[in-house]
Amino acid sequence: MTELKSTHPKIKFTCRDVRVAYSGKEALHGINMDIDDRGVTAFIGPSGCGKSSFLRVFNRMNDTIPGCTVSGEIKMDGDDIYAPDLDPVLLRARVGMVFQKPNPFPKSIYDNVAYGPRIHGLAANKSELDHIVETSLQKAGLWDEVKDRLKDTGTGLSGGQQQRLVIARTIAVSPEVILMDEPASALDPIATAKLEELIDELAQKYCIVIVTHSMAQAARISQRTAFFHMGNLVEYDVTSNIFTNPKDMRTQDYITGRTG
Amino acid sequence: MTEATSIHASEHALKRLKKRHAKERRFKALGLLAIGLAVSALAWLLISIVGTGYKAFYQYDFTLEVEMTESILDPQQERDPDKLRKANYRRIIQNALYERFPDVTDRKAKRELFNIISSSGAPNHIRQMAYNNPDLVGQKLIITVPTSDDVDQLLKGNIDRNIDQSKRKVSDQQIAWVDELVKTKEIKAEFNTRFFTNPDSRDAELAGIASAFLGSLMTLFVTALLAIPVGIGAAIWLDEFAPRNKFVDFIEININNLAAVPSIIFGVLGLAIFINFFGLPRSIPIVGGLVLGLRALPTVIIATRASLMAVPQSIRDGALSIGASHVQAVFHHKLPHAGPGIMTGSIIAMAQALGETAPLLMIGMVAFLTEIPKSPTDPATVLPVQIFIWAGNSERAWVEKTSAAIMILLLVLIIINSMAIWLRNRLEKRW
Repeated sequence: MTELKSTHPKIKFTCRDVRVAYSGKEALHGINMDIDDRGVTAFIGPSGCGKSSFLRVFNRMNDTIPGCTVSGEIKMDGDDIYAPDLDPVLLRARVGMVFQKPNPFPKSIYDNVAYGPRIHGLAANKSELDHIVETSLQKAGLWDEVKDRLKDTGTGLSGGQQQRLVIARTIAVSPEVILMDEPASALDPIATAKLEELIDELAQKYCIVIVTHSMAQAARISQRTAFFHMGNLVEYDVTSNIFTNPKDMRTQDYITGRTG
Repeated sequence: MTEATSIHASEHALKRLKKRHAKERRFKALGLLAIGLAVSALAWLLISIVGTGYKAFYQYDFTLEVEMTESILDPQQERDPDKLRKANYRRIIQNALYERFPDVTDRKAKRELFNIISSSGAPNHIRQMAYNNPDLVGQKLIITVPTSDDVDQLLKGNIDRNIDQSKRKVSDQQIAWVDELVKTKEIKAEFNTRFFTNPDSRDAELAGIASAFLGSLMTLFVTALLAIPVGIGAAIWLDEFAPRNKFVDFIEININNLAAVPSIIFGVLGLAIFINFFGLPRSIPIVGGLVLGLRALPTVIIATRASLMAVPQSIRDGALSIGASHVQAVFHHKLPHAGPGIMTGSIIAMAQALGETAPLLMIGMVAFLTEIPKSPTDPATVLPVQIFIWAGNSERAWVEKTSAAIMILLLVLIIINSMAIWLRNRLEKRW
């Protein structure tokens, strides 16, 4: 994972003074942060520190929460994603998201993956759609396990398979960014290992931002790590620096297990 | 374990434990008592209704030979159906009865004799036959017509033969004739198809539920047409698209309150809006359906919202996160999974509407109608109102008719509700 380190020249997101409030109560107090294209950026921090709220800023999922307001400037490739003429529907096609609890649609495996391409009109005909479904499942490392039962319902898979199905569903619409909100928290260690391996692979092609409670996981899969505490970005650095040489006392306390 | 150490084995603790168990036993016994009360009330209701109602499903019919005397029906020998319709068929029936009992000569006795047969049912029966086929005039026919409701009640054992004849509706002489006719099998019990095919009538022996049943169907059709699409649409908007503000909160509170408003208020509303303002005719299923539709709206909205809310938010999030629009997320994902619940709720709302009486009284669907309605713009009545009308009649024969109509209504409700349960079990998705 070292070859993709923070030295990667391209910046995907630039955030300036980002504030998120729920019904007037501020949960994030002015975050300034740049996120690299390609590679994995991990957000860590104790529960309620605002890391998930921040993640949902990037695909404007916060818009769907009643009473939630976002202010500040968030640019993706230099374009303001909160510009009034920007359609969040199109943004979400470019910025996919994987949730904490696997949430495949209660439809067939095939339809789960094909849903995105269908609504975005990405496939001209059935064979193109078949191709997208197959490659997406392959990229998600699920193809070999499900190729003989694409008609089976997606909710019948195991937790780890469901989460990879959700990733395949996300990949199928060809996003540039994949946001992951504690994707492994509902999985057993073996499924988690498989998922991490997959994330590592996907990091070659996508900008991945992941929220995680497991510091070991952040250390294993991410190139850069941001530590959040009580709505503030406390420290943001190359992952190895955060874990071996934290500059802030709060980061040190958290990663050594004294707080959190 | 030494007895001194455990605080859970002390005398005090054991006493408390005993008390706790006693409390539990008392609660279980009370629960059993409650269930017992509910079940016995239901059983009582069913037994009393079925116990009286079953008698309406058979009826004593009189088979007799009549001569369609030409000189009475068609003296000009024109065989014109329209003129035949106005002829005196009562005379034909009377003559047939006098023929059957030739020794009856006294005027009073003759009148009593005629009263054992359905006084309007029998003449109308042959009137219809002659109208349909004028060639029958001049011929001898064997017809089967209902006995009068009093004779029917006598044979069903609802009239006491042992009390003095001045105190009962059937005279001793009539009883003698009827007994003779029963012995010769000229009067015998038949399955009462008239109850299902006839409209309402002044005569109990002729009254049926056909007009009320059809009226109910048409009314319910209009109700469903209004309440289901509008209710589901309103629920989707409120649940998914409504802005969060005081005004929407106000609407929501009012919809919930509307479900608890007494139904007769909806009748007054319908009277004011549809009949007085829009000038629609009274007593028609369209107006009834609209009123019941308004009545059912809050139920459908509440049921739909409950089913929509039961769909996990993660499904919607999943759809949104891959770039589905809000409408797509709702219609592709939320609605299909809320479908069984919405359907069940709508069916239950329809079942409620089917049993509704009070608002329909306000808009005149309580009219006495002897015609079967042919379209939703014909005056009609509905099953529960029919029951209400019959229950107000004084003759003994209406008691069983009322119970039988209740049985039919309950049967329809049971069918509708089982459909709802079947749909729910079949289509319900779990995740």
